[in-house]
Amino acid sequence: MPGEDKIIEVSHLVKHYGKFKAVEDVSFDVYRGDVYGFLGPNGAGKSTTIRTMLSLIRPTSGQIRLFGKNLLTERNYILQRIGCIVEKPDFYKYLSAEKNLEIFARLSGVSVTKSKVHEIIEFVGLKGREKDKLGGFSHGMKQRLGIAQTLIHDPELIILDEPTTGLDPQGIIDIRNLILQLKNERNKTVLLSSHILSEIELIATRMVIINKGRTIVQGSVSELLNAQELIVAFSVNNIEKARQLLANASLDKVIDKIESNSILLHIPQEKIPVLNKLFCDNGIDVYSIEAKRKLEDYFLKLINA
Amino acid sequence: MFWKSTYNEFIKIAAKPRSYIGVGAITLIVGIILFAMKADGMNFISFVTAPFEQSLSFEGNILNGNLIAFIILQMLIIHVPLLIALVTGDLVSGEAAMGTIRLLLTKPVSRTKILFSKYLAGCAYTFIILLWMGFMALIVGKWLFGTGDLMVLNSDGLIVLQEHDLGWRFALGFSVAFLSLVTIATLSLTLSCFSENSIGPIVSTMAVIILFNIIGALDVPVLQKIQPYLFTTHMMAWRSFFEDPLPTEKIINSIIILLVHIVGLLGIAMYKFNKKDILS
Repeated sequence: MPGEDKIIEVSHLVKHYGKFKAVEDVSFDVYRGDVYGFLGPNGAGKSTTIRTMLSLIRPTSGQIRLFGKNLLTERNYILQRIGCIVEKPDFYKYLSAEKNLEIFARLSGVSVTKSKVHEIIEFVGLKGREKDKLGGFSHGMKQRLGIAQTLIHDPELIILDEPTTGLDPQGIIDIRNLILQLKNERNKTVLLSSHILSEIELIATRMVIINKGRTIVQGSVSELLNAQELIVAFSVNNIEKARQLLANASLDKVIDKIESNSILLHIPQEKIPVLNKLFCDNGIDVYSIEAKRKLEDYFLKLINA
Repeated sequence: MFWKSTYNEFIKIAAKPRSYIGVGAITLIVGIILFAMKADGMNFISFVTAPFEQSLSFEGNILNGNLIAFIILQMLIIHVPLLIALVTGDLVSGEAAMGTIRLLLTKPVSRTKILFSKYLAGCAYTFIILLWMGFMALIVGKWLFGTGDLMVLNSDGLIVLQEHDLGWRFALGFSVAFLSLVTIATLSLTLSCFSENSIGPIVSTMAVIILFNIIGALDVPVLQKIQPYLFTTHMMAWRSFFEDPLPTEKIINSIIILLVHIVGLLGIAMYKFNKKDILS
């Protein structure tokens, strides 16, 4: 995205703890308006990178620039423009939701009114629970309050480290919708680290994948995935005839798997209409075409390479 | 931003149930002492004055609020450190244990300011505890036992201080006692910066106090050399204000030793807290 406004520039980040190399060489750029997926298997160095970007950890070497400023020299300027959840959203259990938000708002460098606090609480769906102490909150409610906390000072950038960990399916959907609202309704740039690949696929515009402390790939989610072959399931009325047809067209190598009523093919996206036409022209009824687990396959292919 | 951060720390201390353990314990202990003195105080006084009764005669209200306050201060100054450490030892490590330190340190406030806010709030808590102890001992003591001259027994013998001469002695005595307790608060805050659980710094603070008290009590030449420099040696410096004449040099020396400890420990805490990688 040359020419666009870079919000995060991480270049050649390294973090060692004695002999242990948590991050070896991580580089990526996040642009204004991105929902940026930050992917990697456990132990890849995602949390260490995020903590370093938030000045919780000092880097061994490398440079981090946010909003065009160096994190080491302009820490407060930068942190004033960031809202974040790092791993679990932990709060003071002996204080109410409202008091917790007030505490963190006071430290964010902006004056926040009670009505603003209530507005944010309503936005994350916790209206009516603002006076309740955190001790009685479920994990999902704490996650919501965590997102409220990231918004309380109206930051430009929101960093969410594993925001859906430990949530039930409904909780995951709710948080995903909240993130989409942040981008669409509040024009926030979001850096989202997650293990749930479908989540990134659904909401991220760009992404980086890291493994063993190194950047493997970064770019637009759609471009990266479209450049790859998909696993496409054609549900047809005559599997054997479809297989024979592919063999005749010397396409039997693209067959990944044959199931009872569908045939799974490893093909690039542009081949889908070609094969659909081929089946239809030869009297095979196509009931459905489904591209399966794109990001998951892409991720595993990169990680295992 | 510093004052906002300090205000936050006051709110947190005020909201924590453990903060009230100190106030409750002091109320209970002082209450028991006052009750015991009311019930059997004259016997206690007779036991102290008995060796002097052949050469001196005691008149007036000996068992008065001033004596009660002096006794309470002497008894409790040894135990109050635990109540102080219970709160100040938790100021940093408690945040690490709860996980809130991650959020706290991603706010646009320098770590030095955050730590100093915590320290200031810890000192204020120490002051409130001591003030409460002073109120219970002096005000409630005077209300229950009346007022009068203060009879103090020390290594040089028996000193009787006139009632009108006691106000400034109590004020300065409490001030130096506050300095001693602030040293404890600083020690526990410093240890708190090295720990990620609440109990460790509290237990470590008490262990240091016990160790230093043992070193201070041992009559061994090699240890006697370091005894004057241990902060525990000067924990009872407040008592010097109840001597006549006032041992000014001794008091100033104690204040300097306590201040050196406070500055040194605070320096270590600042260094550690600023360098700390937040991994919890």
